[in-house]
Amino acid sequence: MARPHSVRHQRGFTFIALMCFFLLYLPMATMVVFAFNAGSTVGQLDGFSLRWFRTALANDQIIEALLRSLTIAPIAAFFATVAATMAALATTRTAPYRGMALKVAFINQPLMVPEIVTAVALLVVFSRVKVWTGYTGLGYIIAAHTAFCIPFAFLPIRARLETMDLSLETAAADLYARPWSVFRRITLPLLWPGILAGFMLAFVVSLDDVVITEFIKSAGQETLPTYMLGQLRRNVTPEMNAISTLFLAVSVIVVSLFFLLSRKKT
Amino acid sequence: MSQAQEIAEEMARRSVRTRWWLSAPALAVVFLFAIAPLAVIVLYSFMAKGDYGDVKYWQFSLDGWFSVFFERGLFDDSIGIAQAHVSILWRSVKLALITTVVTLLIGFPTAYFIAIRPPSQRDFWLFLITIPFWTNLLIRTFAIQEVFRNEGVLNTVLMWSGLIREPLKIMFTDLGIFLGMAYVYLPLMVLPIYASLEKFDFRFAEAASDLYANNRNVLWRIIIPMTRPAIIAGCILVFIPALGAYVTPRLLGGGKNLMLGNLIELQFGQGRNWPLGAALSLTLTGVVMLALLVYVRAASKEGRSHG
Amino acid sequence: MRLPILAPTLSGLAILAGSSAFAAGELNIFNWGEYTSPELIKKFEETYDVKVTITDFDSNDTALAKARQGGNNFDIVVPSSTFVPVWIAEGLLLESRPDQMENFKNMDPRWVDVSFDPGRHYTVPWQWGTTGVIVDTDLYKGDPNTSTIFLDPPPELAGKVNVVPEMGDVMALAIRAEGGQDCTADMEVLKRVHEKLVAAKPKWVAMDYASIEKYTGGDYAAGLSWSGAAMRVRLEAPRFVYGYPKEGYPIWMDNVAILKSAPNVENAKLFQNFIMDPENAAMISAYARYANGIKGSEQFMPEDMRNAPEINIPPEFVDKGEFSPACPPEVNDLYTRIWTDVLK
Repeated sequence: MARPHSVRHQRGFTFIALMCFFLLYLPMATMVVFAFNAGSTVGQLDGFSLRWFRTALANDQIIEALLRSLTIAPIAAFFATVAATMAALATTRTAPYRGMALKVAFINQPLMVPEIVTAVALLVVFSRVKVWTGYTGLGYIIAAHTAFCIPFAFLPIRARLETMDLSLETAAADLYARPWSVFRRITLPLLWPGILAGFMLAFVVSLDDVVITEFIKSAGQETLPTYMLGQLRRNVTPEMNAISTLFLAVSVIVVSLFFLLSRKKT
Repeated sequence: MSQAQEIAEEMARRSVRTRWWLSAPALAVVFLFAIAPLAVIVLYSFMAKGDYGDVKYWQFSLDGWFSVFFERGLFDDSIGIAQAHVSILWRSVKLALITTVVTLLIGFPTAYFIAIRPPSQRDFWLFLITIPFWTNLLIRTFAIQEVFRNEGVLNTVLMWSGLIREPLKIMFTDLGIFLGMAYVYLPLMVLPIYASLEKFDFRFAEAASDLYANNRNVLWRIIIPMTRPAIIAGCILVFIPALGAYVTPRLLGGGKNLMLGNLIELQFGQGRNWPLGAALSLTLTGVVMLALLVYVRAASKEGRSHG
Repeated sequence: MRLPILAPTLSGLAILAGSSAFAAGELNIFNWGEYTSPELIKKFEETYDVKVTITDFDSNDTALAKARQGGNNFDIVVPSSTFVPVWIAEGLLLESRPDQMENFKNMDPRWVDVSFDPGRHYTVPWQWGTTGVIVDTDLYKGDPNTSTIFLDPPPELAGKVNVVPEMGDVMALAIRAEGGQDCTADMEVLKRVHEKLVAAKPKWVAMDYASIEKYTGGDYAAGLSWSGAAMRVRLEAPRFVYGYPKEGYPIWMDNVAILKSAPNVENAKLFQNFIMDPENAAMISAYARYANGIKGSEQFMPEDMRNAPEINIPPEFVDKGEFSPACPPEVNDLYTRIWTDVLK
């Protein structure tokens, strides 16, 4: 029986959640261990060494690809989240209006199409544009990423909005608050967890994209995933473990800082 | 409440135009970089295939569409339903469905767990869910392989602890695929559900509890219905990419059987049959799109009758 | 509401535009992933004061599709022998005449009059290898030089065979094992090939671009493999041997060519000439572990490659190997359908 004071307790949920976190980090732990492996094959421990970190950091191609991924993902995720938030506000908490269902389906469309298809389509279109304009920069990749990140940001934000209570905003409006300040003071803070969830999803999805990027990249626009894809056919070196471990370490540090800072505020 | 409702409706009427403006950036970006280019694919599906990939421009042909559904016998001249395509489609749908269910069964409790942490801790747990996904999909899949292998981490630990004598065969089995897919798609389920659960007002639950509902009843009768949009969002986010997934099934399941994603990729790659690839993917897109449209219609109608 | 969003967009675009300016000395190489020796590139950059970028592709079809669409600034591309005639026929390659270049004298005469580029008017060899089988001799004591290793695995190997998911390679080996010719459209042969593959598939454990540790770690005991990959496995675990199927096996060669649309033609020509130097060619091989086509490069190669059986084809198997041509479209179609049916 649940403890009387806790209506929140659901038997088994905590167990499942903790198992889930454990299983989530088991492969990560394996990866970190093998990053420090002295041997050159993954899957066979030969003692401790930093050699893969050294070779990875000395490999310009990897570092450039990593930095390029880290340029594209935040920009694409930012634009996608802003656009998705606006679109979510426009498609929730209202009586359905003409075209709303279509609009939602439209925005979710990038989800419906297999990546390879969007990739081929964009290859054909972007190549023409590249030839016409002479511009071959990262803009194409960012634009494509923004487009397919939008539904990933849109769905959680919209889900959050749909279950959000209208009464505070209506009350504020009753008190003649201007719409913009209602949005900024009330809607946005309430919506924030949804926006954060959407942004993180978009970020992760952009960081992971292989197929579309592979097709639309121009000379010298390798991202980390496309670089890895090239390795897949030949041989994946432990350098990738080392890079991923570094990446993981940096994200853990950033997250810890974020956590500490936000704790201070409250 | 009725006055607030009136105000809201008045605002809604006035703001339909504002709503179009608000959604314009998203619509424009999606249109320009995802939908409009697909016109190319529609066009390609109706053209004759090029000799080495691509299509023969402006030579129209229905071969692509024909071979989505029918095939000439390989070794005789009979024309029949494209059985290979049907069985590949069925395998992919099955895989996507099971993946969605597994992800939901793990993801909902996890999201719930995070949502009932003290507010200051929630972001931390949320980040904890996403951090593993900041490593690349391929790396993640390789790491999962290391865990699942016959001589992998999991089996080593289990055998060392004496729980099992023989290594569990997970790699290259369906179980391996499902676990791996659930791993890969977990945040797509957890994040939307969390975002909605986090806002769940537990006073509803307390009220129900006062009326002698037990916690499981509260969960089924109140919490789940109130977070239904988010659950459905999560399921969509997992189901659709899972339907086209092939990297994870290939690496964890051994890749001996084609998935829909592989089949389409094969046509654009080694198969050099772009029209068939285009027609196959449009078929897939059409089906999914239709399902989603029906869902949105149903959901908004329901919303109206509730409101 | 729209202004604050627009501002970062514009400044973002400005930054992006700035980064794509052309430097005077540039060379953009479009090559298979994990295939280009960094030392070689460094040496080239220092010798000619040129900034080189390397961009990877993962299949001949992707590379061809991208080059055909254009607009990517690539100078050099490295297609496989089967694809070179297609690239030439589609008018994508520049006739750069490597045969008139200074270092051409170093090219092994064996690779000059090749079927895919007779007289070498377009391409320079990058690396070549063979497609064969690999097997763990601890488990399997029989003759490794046969396709039956994966087409009809003996009981001790059943359930431990890995096959690379390359339609062309699998079909080529299976067709030769059934006594057919490359790109055959003989339905009798193809019917047997189909039956053979369907019967063999349950005995395979995976279809994977096997990484070394899958073999060394015991997940796979045998498989269809490329020679260089097999060599890397053997260097880690000497119990593995590479087999040249006596039924016949394909030889392939990846070749350096210049695109017609190349922005830096002169640098690209310098590069073609550069890699025909034995010392430089050896650097290519030392990195990716395949043979190159340049005479005299052996002496610059690492010790373990000079006598490697994966690189030096044993005399009795030399005439079993052949360059596979690119199959005609209708044949490729047929193969795709067989392939789909086997893997359904």
